[in-house]
Amino acid sequence: MAEAALDRAEATATAAVRRNIQNINAPQWRNALFVAPYLLVFVALLVVPLFWGIWLSLHKADAFGVGKFVGLTNYIRLYNDRIFLQAIGNTFYFVFLTVPALAIIGLMLALALNRRTRTAAVLRAFYFSSSVLSVTIVTLIWRIVFIGNFGLLATIYGWFGATAPAFLSDPQLAMIGIAIATVWWCIGLPMMLFLSALQQVPGEIYEAAALDNASRWRTLWYITLPSIKRTFVLVVIIQIVLQFQLFGQARLMTNGGPNNVSKPVVLYIYEAAFTKWDLGLGAAASEVLFIMILIAAMAQYIATRRKGEEG
Amino acid sequence: MTANIEIQNVTKRYGSMTVLDGLSLSIRANEFLVFLGPSGCGKSTLLRMIAGLESVDDGTISINGERIDTLPPGQRDIAMVFQSYALYPHMTVADNMAFGLRNINLSSDVISKRIAEAARMLEIGHLLERKPGQLSGGQRQRVAIGRAIVKEPKAFLFDEPLSNLDAALRVRTRVELAQLRNRVRSTMIFVTHDQIEAMTLADRIVVMNNRKIEQIGTPMEIYSRPASRFVATFVGSPTMNFLTVALSEENGFLRARLPDGTQLKTAIRAAGVKGGEYSLGIRAEAVKLANGVAATTTGKVDVLERLGDRTLLYTRLKDGSVVIAEDIGNSRVAIGDEVGLALDGTRTHLFDDAGHAWHNEEAGHG
Repeated sequence: MAEAALDRAEATATAAVRRNIQNINAPQWRNALFVAPYLLVFVALLVVPLFWGIWLSLHKADAFGVGKFVGLTNYIRLYNDRIFLQAIGNTFYFVFLTVPALAIIGLMLALALNRRTRTAAVLRAFYFSSSVLSVTIVTLIWRIVFIGNFGLLATIYGWFGATAPAFLSDPQLAMIGIAIATVWWCIGLPMMLFLSALQQVPGEIYEAAALDNASRWRTLWYITLPSIKRTFVLVVIIQIVLQFQLFGQARLMTNGGPNNVSKPVVLYIYEAAFTKWDLGLGAAASEVLFIMILIAAMAQYIATRRKGEEG
Repeated sequence: MTANIEIQNVTKRYGSMTVLDGLSLSIRANEFLVFLGPSGCGKSTLLRMIAGLESVDDGTISINGERIDTLPPGQRDIAMVFQSYALYPHMTVADNMAFGLRNINLSSDVISKRIAEAARMLEIGHLLERKPGQLSGGQRQRVAIGRAIVKEPKAFLFDEPLSNLDAALRVRTRVELAQLRNRVRSTMIFVTHDQIEAMTLADRIVVMNNRKIEQIGTPMEIYSRPASRFVATFVGSPTMNFLTVALSEENGFLRARLPDGTQLKTAIRAAGVKGGEYSLGIRAEAVKLANGVAATTTGKVDVLERLGDRTLLYTRLKDGSVVIAEDIGNSRVAIGDEVGLALDGTRTHLFDDAGHAWHNEEAGHG
C-alpha cells in the first residue's frame, strides 16, 4: 500500500517534470498582450472596415441607412460609368508619372547627398522638409507657382516674353502639374530610404571596386545599385500604394477638372459617397481601388523577388 | 610582374593627430614584407596609403621608380586582400574575380583563362558559380586571394587577412599563403599584429609602434637582436624576461647584478654602455633548470604552463622579480617548488629607456 502510494507520488513527480519540460515549447498566451494593443487597433480600424466596405458595396445604401441587397449591381454600374473608367485611367497615368520620378530623383538626390559634409546635411534636411507640409500648404504653394497671369511660372516666362504652360487648366497638362507638385512634396521619404540603404553598404566594397579600376558609372551600376535593390523595391511599392490614393492635390489644385481629366479614383469615391451620398457605389469603387493597389504592389514584389534571391 | 616599392618620408595626419611621421622604407622586388605592430600603430594606414585608399600628406611612394601616390588606386597596378574580404555580395565568385579584369577591357578569353588558373591554384573551381553568402570564411578568404591573383598585379597587399578565421583554419591558411607565395613570385606586403604570422611568412619584418618604425629585419634578426625593448616585448612568446640590473665591466664585457644580487656574466661588450637605468632581457628558452654549481640563482615556482613539448615555469626570485624559465614537456616540477635556475649570460640583451639595445657579439644565438 505504502509502496503503491510511493510509486504514485513518483509518477506524479515525473509527470510534473515532463509537464514542465513540455511547457518550454508551449505557447505563452500572456505574451499576446504585447501585440494586443496593435492588433485591436488594426482589426477595428482596418479589418472591420474592409469587410464592412465589401458588405456595403453589395447593398443599396445612402445617408439614411443601408437598403436592400443588390448583389453586384454597384460594380456593374461602375463598369458602365465612363467617368469611373476615366478616373481609373487617370490614376494609372498619375502613378506612371510620379512613381518612377520619385524613385529615380530620390535615388539621385541620395547619391548626391550621401556625404559627411555640412552642406550635404543641410541639403538633406532641406529636401526632406517639404514632406512635413500638409497637402493644403503644398497645393497652395504650387497654385501660386502655376496660376495663370501672375503665378511664379507666368512671371518667369513673362521675363522672356513667353506664355507659361497652363498647368491647372490645360487638359493635357493638368495631371502633369499635379504630378510635379506631388513629386516635390513626397521626395523626402524615398531620398531618406535610399540614403539609409547607401549607408549600409560597407565602405570596403567601394575600396575593392576602386582597386578593381571600376569607373564611377560601373561602380554605380555594378556595386551600388545591386546593393540597394531591396530598398528600390521597397520605395517603388510604398510609392505605388501611396500614389494610387491621390486625392488632396487633385481636389485642391484642379478639383478633378478640366472635364474630369485629373479626377483620380479616390476623388470619384469621395464624390460618389459624400457628395451624391451613393454609399454603395462609393464602397464598390473603394474595393476596386483596393484590388488595383494590391495587384500592383504584389506584381512588383513578385517580379523583383524572382530576379534575385540572394542576400 | 613584380616591383620594388620605395616609401620616402611619408607622413599621415588626421586633423591635428599625426598617425605616421616621416616614415621611409624600401621594399625589394619579390619580397614578402610584413608590417607588424600593435593596434593603432599605423601599419594598416601605411598599407592603405600604398593602395591609394588613404591620401599621403607628405612624402612620396613610388613603384619601380614611378611615383604612384598621386594616382587613383585602380591605376597603381596593385591588388589588395581585405580583412573582411570585401567580396561583392551580389556577384558570383567568378564575377567577383572577373570584375576588375572587365573594367580594364580584357578579352573574355583571357579573363576565363586567368580565373580557371587561379581557381585551380586555390582549389575553388567548384565554387565559381556560388555567391559569397554561400561560402565559409575560409572559402571567402580564398576567393579574395583569387580576386587579387587574377589581376596579376605588381604587388599584393594583405590587410590582416587571417584575423577573421578560427585558430585551426588560420594556421592552415598561413601555410597555404607561404606555398602560394612560392608559386606567385611577386612583391607582397602583409599587415598583421600576430607575431607568429610575421615570423613564419616574412622575408623581412617591419616592426612598427607609435607612428614609427622600430626595426626592420629578417624574422631571426628581429627575434635574436631586437632593436628596442618594445620589439623584444612584442616578438616572441612567452614575452622576454626583463630584470633591472646594475652593470660593471669584466674583461671588456658587461657583468650584470640581478635584483636578487646574483652576478651574471654577459657577452655584451662594455664599450659604449654608459651608466644609468638598464634592463637585462633574457628569453625563457635561455633560462633552464639546474642544480648545484650550474645554477645561477634560485626561484620559487608560482605558475606552471604545460604546453606539451615544453613547460613554462613562472618563478619568483628572492627579491620578488619574476623570471619565466623553460623546462622539458614532462617536467616534474610542482607549484611552490624552489628550483635552481641557470641563466645563459651569453643570450642576454640590454635595453635602456630611450629605446636602445645592446646584444652579444655574434649575430643571434642559434
